[in-house]
Amino acid sequence: MTTAHSPEDIKKETRVYILVFIALATLTMITVGISYLDLSTGPAVTLALFVALIKGSLVAAFFMHLISERKLIYAVLVFTVFFFLALIFLPLGSFLNQVAG
Amino acid sequence: MEIPYTVAERPDTGLYNGKLGIWLFLASEVMLFGGLFSSYILLRTGDPNWFKPELSVPMATLNTMVLITSSVTMVMSWASLRLQDFKKFRLFSAATFLLASTFMVIKALEYNTELSHHLYPSANNFMATYFTMTGLHGLHVLAGMVVIAYLWGPGSKMWKTEPERFTNRVEITGLYWHFVDLVWIFLFPALYLL
Repeated sequence: MTTAHSPEDIKKETRVYILVFIALATLTMITVGISYLDLSTGPAVTLALFVALIKGSLVAAFFMHLISERKLIYAVLVFTVFFFLALIFLPLGSFLNQVAG
Repeated sequence: MEIPYTVAERPDTGLYNGKLGIWLFLASEVMLFGGLFSSYILLRTGDPNWFKPELSVPMATLNTMVLITSSVTMVMSWASLRLQDFKKFRLFSAATFLLASTFMVIKALEYNTELSHHLYPSANNFMATYFTMTGLHGLHVLAGMVVIAYLWGPGSKMWKTEPERFTNRVEITGLYWHFVDLVWIFLFPALYLL
């Protein structure tokens, strides 16, 4: 359970949930809007990833209560992020080993 | 013998069992979807004949809004239990289930459109990864729907006997559900917009 216990604290939290929802809806529209800008691949991917990371962070921090979670959960997630990045970037290393022609 | 720490937090970790358990499970799910995202990146950057047919961005945008809203109703259902409002919990969790169903219906309509235009998984690398990733995500939505329906229905009996333990079950379900939303937040731009 999160640290908030009193009904007033919980009601404050629900107000935050609504604000996060509005932010997520706005960011979704921004994401779609960016896709119509006709950017080249590099900037398009960077921008899309940046917005998605903000949205993901809002969901994780407020809906999943990571902003006030215990140290052990953070430790689990640090390992997760490390191995996730390895999963994404290590296979791309195969491009360094391509046969010519 | 009663299982300890289903409600009370362990003194060493400060967590109840289910909370640690669900986060460990979600960590494994990150690796599952991460592997698929990695495959998509590798295929996309490595395929000299990469072709992406036009998908319905409006339908996917609507689906994104539907899933985000379902995340809000899910967390509100948990907050309602913390405020001891069981009726509001049932209202919000029913709303979550209905929104999830809406997501699945829209997804089915999309699949129908694609398949009727002969865009099968075998058509090209993009369609193969598209159906794999959205299909796996859809199965996760379905699984979440089963759990939400159980907690709304027969599982809600626990509210009368062990309300805190029931609230924790709803919290854990919420964590899973927000993760499913999180995956879609990345799937949507990756498959539809880029």
